[in-house]
Amino acid sequence: MTETSTWATKKGLAQMLKGGVIMDVVTPEQARIAEDAGACAVMALERVPSDIRANGGVARMSDPEMITGIMAAVSIPVMAKARIGHFVEAQILQALGVDYIDESEVLTPADERNHINKHDFKVPFVCGCRNLGEALRRINEGAAMMRTKGEAGTGNVVEAVHQLRDVLAAIRRLQGMREDELFVAAKELQAPYELVKQVAADGKLPVVNFVAGGISTPADAALVMQLGAEGVFVGSGIFKSDNPAKMAAAIVQATTHFADAKILAEVSKGLGNPMRGIEMSTIPENERLASRGW
Amino acid sequence: MVPRNPGVRVMRIGVLALQGAFAEHVAALRAIGAEPVEVRLPADLDGIGGLILPGGESTTMRKLIHRWELRGPILDFAATGAPIFGTCAGMIILAGEIAGGEAPVLPLLDVLVRRNAFGRQLDSFETELAVPDLGAKPVHAVFIRAPVIERIGPGVQVMAQLPDGRIVAVREGNVIATSFHPELAGETRFHQLVVDIATTQAGSTQAG
Repeated sequence: MTETSTWATKKGLAQMLKGGVIMDVVTPEQARIAEDAGACAVMALERVPSDIRANGGVARMSDPEMITGIMAAVSIPVMAKARIGHFVEAQILQALGVDYIDESEVLTPADERNHINKHDFKVPFVCGCRNLGEALRRINEGAAMMRTKGEAGTGNVVEAVHQLRDVLAAIRRLQGMREDELFVAAKELQAPYELVKQVAADGKLPVVNFVAGGISTPADAALVMQLGAEGVFVGSGIFKSDNPAKMAAAIVQATTHFADAKILAEVSKGLGNPMRGIEMSTIPENERLASRGW
Repeated sequence: MVPRNPGVRVMRIGVLALQGAFAEHVAALRAIGAEPVEVRLPADLDGIGGLILPGGESTTMRKLIHRWELRGPILDFAATGAPIFGTCAGMIILAGEIAGGEAPVLPLLDVLVRRNAFGRQLDSFETELAVPDLGAKPVHAVFIRAPVIERIGPGVQVMAQLPDGRIVAVREGNVIATSFHPELAGETRFHQLVVDIATTQAGSTQAG
């Protein structure tokens, strides 16, 4: 009668993270700064996306010793990244006892056709998406939380906005359809019909949906929250800014009070420079991380 | 929408909306015909008859409660006798003592609570739980990185225990707390209890 790692507990942890900020950290010290600033979870990784982008090479799962060091340093949930399709990295992360696995396009994909069968795991997964079809394919594979990908490591919110609007607009279109039109909609979305039908009925994804990839100021966080995000991931935006502790706290405040412009003005004061940022047209198509995932 | 009798005042219940699963409590309140009010600032407490503290990350809520100076106003509100109901992180926020020495946030319950008492996410679980105060039908309880109560003061009533005896739901006067999440399982009897206490209390305040 008592069951662990059920769909309700997997999806439920993401529900508890809502309205919060999940921060990328590379050391236990950064994890403590994030927790002190009010992060609702941290993502343990070896290099933040902007450094992965700058360094090139193959980006892999982080050293388990680093991950367990971060798990020991904070009391909030700890997530860690596995490469797309690399189910052994996921097995290792599950063995470490991380609270969530991110099957992430920020790392170099291990499989160019298949994602991890996330139903096989007791630990819940979050996955990236650019559009509704991709989100529903990941949920069909067992993802218990989604995030739009944005374009990680750019400090540029434009892709995050674009993708979130795409996902939500596609949901609104489904809501307006006759039942007999949903079959073709499923075909066009390249997504399972049952999930398409459920989204059309509920007017929302069956799991929590955060925004990632390019959030670097309190205003960016509030922008995606006002558009309908349920929370935000901030990668390079915190520890690549002038004053990480202050920026982290300000983004947490802005995510809570996202609709209150007076508070947003107050928390945005005197933060120093955010991360420098990259204009999208300067990133060649084949270097865009968001295009990874199938 | 639930049809409403125009002669009856709808009870407004606040849900602390700083971080966490507040939308699920808002939905549960709507389902029983109460009017939910999202509380982010002290002014939002005006005109509500009860307050729910949702699940989420207690460390995050602690920061935001202090930053927006909600502590004093919520303690004052509780002192009026209005019902306060905390789930999971909400239970930690209400505890008079937190194992490990963290400072209490809104010490309205004379209990010692331990955070993440079952372990990490892999130890999260769901089960059927007897809660006699809510009737014979058991509560479907979802526990997510849940806390437990390790010690209670003399004024605290145990509402539910796991088969091994660990305390997972308590009531002290008008303050109620659960380790688990009724709002994730479509369970509205705790919410109804909050509305009932608020309604009785509003009546007695008017009469007095």
